[in-house]
Amino acid sequence: MLGFSLRSLWNRRFVAGMTVLAISLSVALILGVERLRDGARDSFANSASGIDLIVAPRGNSVQILMATVFGVGGTETGMTWDSFEWLEDRPEVAWAVPIQMGDNHRGYPVIGTVASYFEHFRHSGGQPLSLAAGTFLSGEGADAAVVGAEVAARFDYAPGAVIVNAHGAGEVSFDLHDDAPFTISGVLAPTGTAVDRMVFVTLEGFGALHAQEDAPAADPLDPAAIPADDHDDHDDHDGHDAHEDHGAHEGTVAKHSHEPDRINAVYVGLIDRTNVLGLQRAVNERASDALSAVLPAVALAELWGIIGTAERAMRLMAWAVALAGMIGMVVMLSATLDTRRREFAILRSVGATPTRIFALIVTEAAVLTAAGLILGLVLLTVATFVTDPILSDRFGLRLGLNVFGTREMATLFVIFWAGLLASLIPAVRVYRMTLADGLSVRL
Amino acid sequence: MRALHVQNLTFTWPGAENATLRIPNLSLAQGERIFLFGPSGSGKSTLLSAIAGVVDVSPGAILVADKDVGAVNGGARDRFRVDHIGMIFQVFNLIPWLSALENVLLPCTFSKRRRARAGEDPGGTARHLLDELGLSDPSLVSKPASELSVGQQQRVAAARALIGKPDLILVDEPTSALDEAAKAAFVDLLARECAEAGSALLFVSHDRSLEHHFDRSVDFLALNGGAA
Repeated sequence: MLGFSLRSLWNRRFVAGMTVLAISLSVALILGVERLRDGARDSFANSASGIDLIVAPRGNSVQILMATVFGVGGTETGMTWDSFEWLEDRPEVAWAVPIQMGDNHRGYPVIGTVASYFEHFRHSGGQPLSLAAGTFLSGEGADAAVVGAEVAARFDYAPGAVIVNAHGAGEVSFDLHDDAPFTISGVLAPTGTAVDRMVFVTLEGFGALHAQEDAPAADPLDPAAIPADDHDDHDDHDGHDAHEDHGAHEGTVAKHSHEPDRINAVYVGLIDRTNVLGLQRAVNERASDALSAVLPAVALAELWGIIGTAERAMRLMAWAVALAGMIGMVVMLSATLDTRRREFAILRSVGATPTRIFALIVTEAAVLTAAGLILGLVLLTVATFVTDPILSDRFGLRLGLNVFGTREMATLFVIFWAGLLASLIPAVRVYRMTLADGLSVRL
Repeated sequence: MRALHVQNLTFTWPGAENATLRIPNLSLAQGERIFLFGPSGSGKSTLLSAIAGVVDVSPGAILVADKDVGAVNGGARDRFRVDHIGMIFQVFNLIPWLSALENVLLPCTFSKRRRARAGEDPGGTARHLLDELGLSDPSLVSKPASELSVGQQQRVAAARALIGKPDLILVDEPTSALDEAAKAAFVDLLARECAEAGSALLFVSHDRSLEHHFDRSVDFLALNGGAA
């Protein structure tokens, strides 16, 4: 029966081939979308592993997550350095890393932080950040900068290059801090996370940038700068005792040698992660500063829930394509029925029962669907093989080759049975037709 | 054993007022060849359908190889047909995308009895039959049936009806698409092969020029009391 079906299909190989192609495309699309989704979710979850809590000025947790982990948007006005020190001194806290944001380098977010950021930040299932070239911020001057892989690749940066940052988060900015250049000390290896698109500078460097913006007189080469006006520009920097530390810029950088008065967020790691809710409550209840403590995993889930709509739309489309493929197969099988009536009558005359002819149609559908599934997997594997390095580099999506999970198997199973089920429509028609036609079809 | 025995057969198409078939008696002995003639539309094809078990007839009315066609139901009737009857139609007898040889072997794939009676090597038997019928060219035999001429197709159909030595061969106007010379040659070959296989032959046609190839002729209009 199978050989017979194969011969019959071979006789209509062009249309059969097209049908198989349609089914295979839908299979590749469905599995591809699923894999992309999984990859996106993994890469999402990977962007902030190793951080137990993100503390930031009170605000929406998704917004805080976006700003800190993904470098998109900003947080509310800064939290105080006192709060950072309070956090760092909490007994349950293993480490705390301050984060300053708000500047960009040619569109890429600039993060002011301390050297221990690189020690604690984890991505892609617990991997620490590593350098492709140069050194981390520790032991470097205040004008040191570490750039992410994408930034380095895009602008062809290597350690020793001098870069200038701009104020604000937008790509187009005329407010350049060209009076406060940085020297690149290190380039990070690709991580596939938002880190690739970030520029890291020291808190001192970040502060210096703004100090100099506020105090143009600090430039000794500028004859127009009159020190007399200096303090009028400092209205928004009341209590900016960091000025006293500016002398340390060219000196050695000890821990907290520079204490900015306001920071944007703090990454916190706990000694015992079970204490995370207690600390979260303590942060939320801190009276002197309005703060939010965000659990990255929870916020990521929340954010994924928002993105999920697009994801569901994609899945829906993939299944719609599968449906179209199935309809195509039913159309193909049905369209040929009339011309094949004679064939069925001959088969009956040599002893084929109507059930046998019914089975012939279903077998043909099974062959078409199975061929579609196999070709779809081949297409998907080839597509994955070709795009994986690109996706991995550009978006940090790792699709992985040859991974057929149980869910993918279930999907293939569903498509196969859908194909068989769909073939019942023409098969039932054939069954009725052969019964009615008997052996003499009037042509 | 009689190859065919029809007794008191009446058949009315569903919805029709008058019976199409009303045949008191028609018998074919083993290996007997009968020429059944009558005008088009007189119900000859309906009689063949009834004998082949494609339309429902009452039990006891038709016996093929002493088996009651009307008493067999559904799929069993299809298997019964292929076991005992070989058929040749007017035109389009072959599955176009199978080769001539594969077409000949079709009854053997659907019937154990026919396969068993086709000898040790059904393929060899099929080739031998095709050879006897004048289709010996190997390239012709392996060609898709759709590429054969009408005359060649009818000879392939004859070989298919003959393979496995069925008790009865039903033939419905097989020569209508052939020219005069080919007609006579075809009927001659068919009659000879039926004799060799020991199969009875019921040959239906309106063309009485073929009559002399047969043991006996039957006027369908005289036989059938229904249509008149």
